Amino acid sequence: MAEMTYREAVKQALREELQNDERVFMLGEDIAEFGGTFKVSLGLLEEFGPRRIRNTPLSETAILGAAVGSAATGLRPIAEIMYSDFFAVALDQVVNQAAKMRFMFGGKISLPLTIRTTMGGRRSAAAQHSQCLESWFMHIPGLKIALPSNGYDAKGLLKSAVRDPNPTIIFENKMLYNEKWDVPEEPFFVPWGQANILHEGTDVTVVALSDMVGFSLKAADKLAEEGVSVEVIDPRTLMPLDIDTIVQSVRKTGRLVIAHEACVTGGVGGEIGSQVAYRAFDYLAAPVERVGAKDSPIPFAPILEREVLPDDQDVVEAVYRAMDYSA
Amino acid sequence: MGEKIPKDVELQLYETMQRIRSFELAVIELFARGKIPGFLHTYVGEEAVAAGVCANLRPEDKIISTHRGHGHLIAKGGRLDLMMAELFGRRTGYCKGKGGSMHIAEPDLGMLGANAIVGAGTVIINGAALTAQYLGKDEVAVAFFGDGASNTGAFHEALNMAAVWDLPSIFVCENNAYAESTPQTYHQKIEDVADRALGYGIPSTTVDGNDPGAVYLAAKEAVARARSGEGPTLIEAKTYRIRGHYEGDPEIYRTKEEVEAWKQKCPIERWRKVLLDKGVSAETLEEIDARIDQELEEAVAFAEGSPLPDPAEARSDIFTPLPAEMQNG
Repeated sequence: MAEMTYREAVKQALREELQNDERVFMLGEDIAEFGGTFKVSLGLLEEFGPRRIRNTPLSETAILGAAVGSAATGLRPIAEIMYSDFFAVALDQVVNQAAKMRFMFGGKISLPLTIRTTMGGRRSAAAQHSQCLESWFMHIPGLKIALPSNGYDAKGLLKSAVRDPNPTIIFENKMLYNEKWDVPEEPFFVPWGQANILHEGTDVTVVALSDMVGFSLKAADKLAEEGVSVEVIDPRTLMPLDIDTIVQSVRKTGRLVIAHEACVTGGVGGEIGSQVAYRAFDYLAAPVERVGAKDSPIPFAPILEREVLPDDQDVVEAVYRAMDYSA
Repeated sequence: MGEKIPKDVELQLYETMQRIRSFELAVIELFARGKIPGFLHTYVGEEAVAAGVCANLRPEDKIISTHRGHGHLIAKGGRLDLMMAELFGRRTGYCKGKGGSMHIAEPDLGMLGANAIVGAGTVIINGAALTAQYLGKDEVAVAFFGDGASNTGAFHEALNMAAVWDLPSIFVCENNAYAESTPQTYHQKIEDVADRALGYGIPSTTVDGNDPGAVYLAAKEAVARARSGEGPTLIEAKTYRIRGHYEGDPEIYRTKEEVEAWKQKCPIERWRKVLLDKGVSAETLEEIDARIDQELEEAVAFAEGSPLPDPAEARSDIFTPLPAEMQNG
């Protein structure tokens, strides 16, 4: 076990998978000499050469198209979309091609394709470089989606993604790259579809995504001081979604808060809440609470951005609303 | 072009075009009789392009097609019975009834699918070309698309990436003068889509897309270039679709005279005359025609007699199962 940054954990996963299988290669904008905008792949060019660490033109559609075509014909591409906001210019290749190709062909091919991208705000990156768009992809059957909330998952989920014979999208959180966690130096895998209970509790279940996991753990500590016992669950992957673990927790606590940085309306909290309400209706003591960004483009000025984005205080307040509810 | 086409290829071009034409005429009738659900975009009139290009390809070479894709699959070796069954929505079809006319595919023949998003195939084919280059194989990868697709962002991104990576990609524009109902004269300022290659630093050529010999020779040069690692080529084949954009198209955007004039340039009739002039006997061609008729008859019977998919299969084949070592985490 070593203390390492989320960035280093991602890089270890990339290095191990590049070493493990000659068919694995990376493609994306500025990922070679420059090491990627977030320096995740810095040094990999020297280690693996330009055949496997491929800088691309600034062409997201061509990047994802080449990833789809090479995956369909026997390679295992890891494509990088620098900011998930940029998916918007190339969605066809994800939504109409990658997600559907195996199905449309009657199961005749597999698409072992990994897409890494970055998500989230809190950096004054403003409206076009700060979004959380995971719900778009959860709505498309045929895609697998992960949002690692810590260094351990960042490495283990990515390694599983590269071995997965299906299209996977990993949303890495920009604000976590410099954070440190204990992560094994040796290879290990985190299976997709297994939620992680990070903090056990009995009063309220908080399901949190990406950096809202950290905020929720902070909220849980604060609430513990005030005698409220919070269970924090990180689903880690949205497809497949480990709804059983969440339902089981809610049957115990009777209250559910879902926290994500994406805006509330149309966010995955609505889907998770609905599934839980259906399966644990009789156990719920309060309406399902959702915490997320206010419905707004992400503003530039830090004071404005803070106003829009959720944090631990929003989780605390949502937990209290759930606790104080009386029918 | 003074280059000679081998005799067996000359006959192959005829047979491929005739197989495509016969299949299309059959499905037009079956569609009208309600045997085929969904949309139907036929390749009648454009057969020389698929035939001429694919006559240069090996089984392991890859192609990607469009919403008008029957001809490409046939030219790459597709079986009429399995195609017909797919169009009928039967379990025995190439895609088990999940793709239909617009997504018909056979990866085992190097056919990476008809693709109903205009322009999308141009970027995907670069991936297939990259696989060949990456693995050090001398395979090539061909994207078919239309004049309409040459206005999509994907097309431009694809040509540029293929150029900078020297990919063995061949871009074949079937310029049939219309993007659905919009004439080329309206949708782009240039006359030749081939001109666009200049902006990406790749060679290009414009050929008569109703002359299978001309298409064959142009593709031969492009394939040789790609196989020897010299990078991509854009071929523009000027042709015309004789049927509407889809079956049922009211075709208010063009005159009967225009269609009639193009019918006179039928690639199959023209090629038949070329072959007869070269001394190929009429019997030889009739034998080919008869064989195709027989094959088609069997294909229709096969499709008619094939079972429908089990509704329980509707949601299979979305994901590939995880390998055993990953199933327990």
